[in-house]
This record gives sequence, C-alpha cells and structure tokens, in this order.
Amino acid sequence: MEKDQININCKALIIGGSAGSIDVILMLLPHLKAGFKFPIIMVLHRKNSTDSKLSELFSNKTKILVKDIEDKDPVKDGTIYIAPADYHLLIESTGVFSLDASEKVNFSRPSIDVTFESAADVYQDKLVCILLSGANADGVLGLKKVKSKKGMSVVQEPTNAKVPFMPEMAIKNKQVDIILNDNEIAAFINRL
Amino acid sequence: MINDHDIELLLNDIVELYGYDFTFYSKASLKRRLNRLFEIDKFPSFAEFHYRIKSDKDYLQRFIEEITVNVTEMFRDPGFYKILRTEILPAMGTNPYIKIWHAGCSTGEEVFSMAILLKELNLLHKSLIYATDINPTVLEKFTKGIFPLSNMKQYSENYIASGGVKDFSSYYTANYHTALFDPALIQKTVHSTHNLVSDGSFNEFNLILCRNVLIYFDSQLQDRVFNLFDESLAKLGYLCLGSKESLKFSVINLKYKQHAKEKIWRKIK
Repeated sequence: MEKDQININCKALIIGGSAGSIDVILMLLPHLKAGFKFPIIMVLHRKNSTDSKLSELFSNKTKILVKDIEDKDPVKDGTIYIAPADYHLLIESTGVFSLDASEKVNFSRPSIDVTFESAADVYQDKLVCILLSGANADGVLGLKKVKSKKGMSVVQEPTNAKVPFMPEMAIKNKQVDIILNDNEIAAFINRL
Repeated sequence: MINDHDIELLLNDIVELYGYDFTFYSKASLKRRLNRLFEIDKFPSFAEFHYRIKSDKDYLQRFIEEITVNVTEMFRDPGFYKILRTEILPAMGTNPYIKIWHAGCSTGEEVFSMAILLKELNLLHKSLIYATDINPTVLEKFTKGIFPLSNMKQYSENYIASGGVKDFSSYYTANYHTALFDPALIQKTVHSTHNLVSDGSFNEFNLILCRNVLIYFDSQLQDRVFNLFDESLAKLGYLCLGSKESLKFSVINLKYKQHAKEKIWRKIK
C-alpha cells in the first residue's frame, strides 16, 4: 500500500508501544493537527504508579486535549486518551471505555493485544492500529485480529525503533500494512 | 471464538437455570473472560461449552470463579490506605462502633489490610467488618487467611508505602510457600455470599469499600449498585471505589462529596 494513499474511513486510532515508545510519541505530538475526527488511544507499557505523569508529559507537547481514562468514560473524537497503568483497556460498542484489572497478558497490564482486539470488535474495518518500539510480542496477536476485520495495521520501522523486537514480530507474522519511521508517523495520522 | 449471539444465549440460560445474572456486565470484558475460559478448558465448540454449563452444576461454580475477576492484593494503591489511616478512620474513632462492608471482597486481601489498619489505630475491637462476594469459594479462601508467601514482598512494600511502621511479617506465620495470617485479625469479621446484581441492602454501614468491582458492570448496573450502597450507608459515611472508578456519572453523585482527589466519597445528604 502506498504511504500517501490511505483508503480508510478511520473511526479510531490506537497506538501501542513498550520500551522506547514514549520518545516516539513525544516526537510526533507537536506535529499533530487538532480537529481529527476520531479518538487517538494510547496503550503504553510502563511501570505501575498510581499517579502517572504521562498525560502531563504529553500535554506539554500539544494543545490537543490529553485525557487519562477512567472506567466508562465516553470515547470522544479529537481527543488523545491514555490507558491507565495496571488495567486492561477495552472499548464497548456503546461508545465508552471499560477497564479490567484481570490477569496480565504477555506479562503486561495494560496489554496492547487486549485493546487492539476489543477495538477491532467495535470499529471493524474503520480501525487503525500503530505498534511502536518494544521488547516483547504484545500487540502482534491484536494486529492479527485487526487485520481479520479489515482494519489497518501500521508498525514502526524496526531499524528505526529503539527496541525493534515488537514491530519485527508483527512483520514476521505478516500482520502489517504499512511500515513508518518515527518522523513519518505524525504526517500519516494527519492524513487519516 | 464465542460470538455476541452465543453470549446472549448463554447468559439467558444461566439466569434462568441458576439465578446468576451476568446480562448487565460490561460486554467487552465479559466476552474476553468467556473466550478465555472456553480456551483454557479446551471446548471443541460453543455448543459443548453451553451444554456443560447447563448440565453440570459443579462446572457452573468453576464458571463463576473464572468469569469474575479475583485479582487483588494487600494494601493495593498504598496512597489510598494512607488516607484511610491518617484521615478517614481516625475521624471515626469517636463512634461507639464502626461498621464496614467490603463488597466484592474476593479472597479478602483488602479485608486483612483493613483489619491491620484498624488494629494499629486501636479500633479493631470496636469494628465490625462484613466481607461479601458473589463467589463462595473465594470467601472460603479468605476465612483460611492463607496467602502465597511469594506475594509478601510486594505486600510488605505496599504496607510501608501506606504508612505502616511495624514489621509486616509480624502479622503472619510463614510455612514453606504460604503465609498464615493471624486469625485474630478477622475474628469478628462476618462473611457471606452477596450478589450485587440481585441482592439487597442488609445493614447500615459507616464505610463501604468496593474497589475494582464496578468496572465489570455496565452503567445501568453500576447505578443499581450505587443505589444499593446509598441505602446501606449511614449519613456522613464513606464510600471507597477503585482508582479509576467514579461517582461522576452516577445517580447518587449529588448526595456525595469527594474527599479531596481521592476515590473516597462522603454521604452528605
């Protein structure tokens, strides 16, 4: 698929990342254009801490509203959402977020697979998922589900990722439509 | 994979046959739990899964255990326990007695945490704790007070972060891979099955804790449970929720005042 031809009616964008992904997001945030017609939902592995500073960190890089998700918050367009530490993030067909404190998946909570799979159920072929740098294979099964529903799967170019394993595994498992460098991601999102 | 139609069919049968109503659970989460169990127990088809649940009462018990989430820990979110220790519980010290309800207590790690707090504040002797859960098996585990020794490092760290100054290991006896907690901590605790979906109010409390239970319910069921808590809470009593749960969308919100930015609400009307 050509990078500048995106034939998808995007209703939700989910970005999953682990080790080395926060820097990529800090880099792309200043270039995001406000007013996008879908939510951007970030599921990032990090240390558990009750008061996560990620939303503050991200808010400093953009004027777009960055929100920490609470259970049953409505999913709104034009907003950047951050999955809380220590919960899995699911999306209900009624347009609200649900949290789930059950067992870790891929040693992770939040698990990227869990959110990708849940979102694929709801948004089907109108979902775009981006998998960034990371040291485990979380997200790969999720991308498989996204693809099976005809959604779009994007990964960070492994040679460009701080920790290439996660995008590499996705490519190896043939679950990828588009491969982007870190400095191409903002422009990609702006075209959706 | 179990699809949405299968789930509806299954849930309706479970209500009819056994009286457990999961139809107002959060759909996305429930679907995940069902598919997880379906895979773990290696059913070849939905029909066989469905039949087993309908025909085998013992398997239903396993179903309840696996579908409901029983992940919990002692002094989970230490900052929350610090507020209980330094602000909420001492303010109740002047009451002749303190009645506490742990709703959806699972295996009781949070109940033991509470008992330890009360003991250290010299309030345990005049406290009455009710511990309830939908699932009798987890309550049985709770009353034994035996937890994996491997968890104690984390719990001890949580305890210290919550303002505890004692040696956490003084509360349990280690034996091979287990930690047996001092039975005196829960001597006066009443435990019982209670289903938040269908059972009513049974007492009046000064403090209700229901943390990371409501996330598994849809908004409609959450409102039912909030009303139940409201009926069960004395005026000026406190309701404590999980770190990402809130009263903000609820029907009872206007009667409650949030304690600073904590997940603690006081009933003011």
